[in-house]
Amino acid sequence: MAGILVFVEQRDGHVRKASFEALSEAKRLAQGKGIPVVAVVVGSGVRGLASTLGDWGAEKVFVADQPELAHYSPQAYAQALASAVGEAQPQAVFLAATAMGRDLAGRLAAKLKVGCLPDVTAVRWDGDTLQAVRPVYSGKALATVDGGKSVPVVVTLRPNVFPAQKSPHTAEVMALPPVAVRGGYKVKEVVSLQAGELDVAEADIIVSGGRGLRGPENFALIRELAKVLGAAVGASRAAVDAGWIDHAHQVGQTGKVVSPTLYIACGISGAIQHLAGMSSSKVIVAINKDPEAPIFKVADYGVVGDLFQVIPALTEEVRKLKT
Amino acid sequence: MRIAVLVTYVPDTASTIKVGPSGKAIDEAGIKWIISPYDEFAVEEAIKLKESKGAEVTYITYGPERDQQVLRECFARGGDKGVHVVGTGAAFGDAFAIAQILTAAVKKAGPFDLIFAGVKGVGSDQGLVGAMVAELLDIPHVASVTKIEYGEAGITAWREIEGGQEVVEVSLPCVITAQKGLNEPRYPSLKGIMAAKKMPVESVKVADLGLDEAALGGATCRWVSLALPPAKSAGKIIHGEQDPQAAARELARLLREEAKVI
Repeated sequence: MAGILVFVEQRDGHVRKASFEALSEAKRLAQGKGIPVVAVVVGSGVRGLASTLGDWGAEKVFVADQPELAHYSPQAYAQALASAVGEAQPQAVFLAATAMGRDLAGRLAAKLKVGCLPDVTAVRWDGDTLQAVRPVYSGKALATVDGGKSVPVVVTLRPNVFPAQKSPHTAEVMALPPVAVRGGYKVKEVVSLQAGELDVAEADIIVSGGRGLRGPENFALIRELAKVLGAAVGASRAAVDAGWIDHAHQVGQTGKVVSPTLYIACGISGAIQHLAGMSSSKVIVAINKDPEAPIFKVADYGVVGDLFQVIPALTEEVRKLKT
Repeated sequence: MRIAVLVTYVPDTASTIKVGPSGKAIDEAGIKWIISPYDEFAVEEAIKLKESKGAEVTYITYGPERDQQVLRECFARGGDKGVHVVGTGAAFGDAFAIAQILTAAVKKAGPFDLIFAGVKGVGSDQGLVGAMVAELLDIPHVASVTKIEYGEAGITAWREIEGGQEVVEVSLPCVITAQKGLNEPRYPSLKGIMAAKKMPVESVKVADLGLDEAALGGATCRWVSLALPPAKSAGKIIHGEQDPQAAARELARLLREEAKVI
């Protein structure tokens, strides 16, 4: 049986949005070739979730459901996936390019002795071979890549790029043989960000602050605007290196590469390393007092002005629109 | 304790990228090469361990002749040995090919208790090699680590995930890929830079490791073509120097009615 196998990532029983995107893209590609989409779910107490994946186009769902798989472990999860690959014999394995998916993809590809096309933003058929486009040099260039002789080829899909679209099917659920989980790797604890904070890697809207904020206390302006927009808070390297905000918020070449629907850069001049991390955002807004700032070159909408006045006013305007 | 650090030489992050004559790789003319920024955290962590626990640190890199310099740049900060797997670059961009070459070099120079690498090589931006080397060595790995505590039998590593951190207890030997935040990389001292020139570098060919570079390169990942992203057309500029309120109102209107994103 050929087809595309999709690893469906869940946390606490909830499927990640990026996994629905991966399933949807797999379905679109599989339809073109008349091949099936098969899913694999790994975790503890996830069997019930498996049957719902038919809604997203999966014809068959493999499940590895064991208490020892409650937390992500690269070796154990790779073993479960390899066993699903053995069953499904797919042409490709898709994963969302999340912290887990990016990591697992490398481990799995090496286990299968095949290649991996990581963090892709487009996938297409070239004859019977999958070709993918991936931003390289942090988005300063786009590489078209394929998996050479890899069967299957492992592909991770950048979150927020591919549309998630339901495609109802009845999914057959099949249990995988138990994974022999080895010792030597144990997740002791999962520490969450402050309650209510969104991660920039997953957010639809990001409001970012940079050196123009002049101090850590002024991130309050950014947080206020982010709150009314339901957005994540991002930061430039300058703000992170100054110790104003944690590195988890950094967008750019040594931070996260993001593709939200809306990116609002406040007081960020737009160093090449920052532009690399956010220029694939769908709509970019720049608020900066320097009309010559390079950020305006990539902005769809630029406001030249004092961010200490523009941001609170914008927060107020958005609040009005939302009520 | 014996530590290996996998390092790579990459174009300076401030470089302007142009497509080279092959149409599949960048134009290297005028490029300044630097230690991949994430590898700097890996190097620092190894040197800190050497200083606190007396470890021996071996740097390993794969790449063309010029990449010997990356080992010198590491030595300028500290460390003991360097292994340069000299290649043609045929495996560039193929993470599994690179992982196989580095694994063979690790086996030859090892055994090691800890192997550090950067979470990704800046440039090809794959973030795969660390996990692949761990799999080929059949040992655990923890990726994207921002903090480590060293215990008697193993280590506790804080790994960055969406919206938080996973705290992982892992046994040795293992592979750790370093994320920003793990430490503050030191600057090389002048004395270090002078001493680095005399440090021993073992130069080996890929064939000396029992591998065929030409056959490996592109077998599992090929770069078919490289292009620059399409240039963006100029956006709308709203002047808010005089009336920030009006500018904010106009921006909100455009985002709502024209861009339809809020």
